[in-house]
Amino acid sequence: MAYSEKVIDHYNNPKNVGTLDKAKTNVGTGLVGAPECGDVMRLQIEVDDATGVITDAKFKTFGCGSAIASSSLATEWLKGKTVDQAVQIDNMDLVEELNLPPVKIHCSVLAEDAIKAAINDYRKKNGLEELVFEEKGVH
Amino acid sequence: MLKLPIYLDNNATTPMDPRVLEAMIPYFTEHFGNAASRNHPFGWQAEEAVDYAREQVAKLIGADPKEIIFTSGATEGDNLGIKGVYEMYASKGNHIITCTTEHKAVLDTCKHIERSGGEVTYLEVNPEGLIDLKELEAAIKPTTILIAIMYANNEIGVVQPVKEISTIARKHGVLFFTDGTQAVGKIPVDVNKDGIDIMAFTGHKMYGPKGVGALYVRRKNPRVKVTAQMDGGGHERGMRSGTLNVPGIVGFGKACELARLEMADDAARLSKLRDKLETALLQLEEAYVNGSREHRLPHVSNISFKYVEGEGLMMGFNKNIALSSGSACTSASLEPSYVLKALGLGDDLAHSSLRFGLGRFTTEEQIDYTIKAVSETVLKLREMSPLWEMFKEGIDLNSIEWAHH
Repeated sequence: MAYSEKVIDHYNNPKNVGTLDKAKTNVGTGLVGAPECGDVMRLQIEVDDATGVITDAKFKTFGCGSAIASSSLATEWLKGKTVDQAVQIDNMDLVEELNLPPVKIHCSVLAEDAIKAAINDYRKKNGLEELVFEEKGVH
Repeated sequence: MLKLPIYLDNNATTPMDPRVLEAMIPYFTEHFGNAASRNHPFGWQAEEAVDYAREQVAKLIGADPKEIIFTSGATEGDNLGIKGVYEMYASKGNHIITCTTEHKAVLDTCKHIERSGGEVTYLEVNPEGLIDLKELEAAIKPTTILIAIMYANNEIGVVQPVKEISTIARKHGVLFFTDGTQAVGKIPVDVNKDGIDIMAFTGHKMYGPKGVGALYVRRKNPRVKVTAQMDGGGHERGMRSGTLNVPGIVGFGKACELARLEMADDAARLSKLRDKLETALLQLEEAYVNGSREHRLPHVSNISFKYVEGEGLMMGFNKNIALSSGSACTSASLEPSYVLKALGLGDDLAHSSLRFGLGRFTTEEQIDYTIKAVSETVLKLREMSPLWEMFKEGIDLNSIEWAHH
């Protein structure tokens, strides 16, 4: 199976690999997937408390090239968005942007799950109610 | 000069040796006859070529040429060997013993037999990938007609104790079938010394053409028969109908001859290269060889690099190095290799494995390049891996509640 140019580019030059201080109250961490399933994503956001804008985003991913590319692209998209805007990111947007084939759609779902998990972690830390999301059920 | 891309997937298929191609070419155009045409020189020539190839094939495994049934490859051989015995010996019993790490061509054939009323016992393997001979003997019942255990495994290269297995089979009057696909032409296989009754093998794993293989069927002590799985002209002593693939058979014969003459040198050279590769890659932290290192083909190494995923790893160099992985990220099931899981590996380690299959045309320069490329990619991906970070922080990954999907 050939990868798209964009997946290869994110794989070769991943954006925002790293770790934010999860002890900080304005950092939200999402850890999704499982080692047994062959992919684990950790996605973190740092939020400006005053404006609600995501000022930084980092990821680390254990998985195939499409999983790495999905999380790399997700962190790119998160930066500069408000938390409310970030909630709207849909996995199919990632699929489209990266030209993921059907067997790799689960990678994009995982990235969306990671975003939501990070946002909920941030909300929880700041005394906000966790959002309830519909199950995508693709994987 | 280093030639890229490097091919290290020789367990999947091998490139054809140019000497094999040379032998085949006249049989496509000039000597195109049907080996079954008994009444004219075109047929005679084809038949003569097939007879010669049959001798070359037989000689490689210490068989009589009359014991060689040409097939389309090992999958057909596995089907014909196992289903053929099951049907031929139905009056004797319906029980077959095999093991969990067999190739799908054997496992799915056994599933088919179970659906049609047969009984199959699947022996487990130990962490080395070897079956337990006591368990094998204990599994034999009065209805057992066949033991089907592979000679060497395609994913980990582990070689089963074939002689010991055949001794047990003989003692109990049970036939012994072995899938010799990965072993024949790579290590010495002798049907008499090894006590093999039926064996499937194929040309394209030993520098021969694709689409041609053989089933060895013993003719004496005991005389074995298999029920044909295809009806037709009664070729190959009635066991396998269908016009013979003369150029393919000629190439297969030549490949067998070359293997017989060059196997020892190839194996000595490749085991050195394999060991060099393995030693260098095991310098990486948390890298493990899968399966027995002692009972193993000389040209195969299967290594898990913990905390990186196999497909992601291959992407780092698959433009330049062709390998395969036990990860099944591309399959809909997301299930990693059942062979590695049968060794007792967790899914995470199975997902993290690479299979290196060296071959006749592998050079030391290619191995040096591979060592460097694989090591660099493992290190790069570990920097990106949340699991590696947790491991380095001393977090027990088993203590985390993962969201299984």
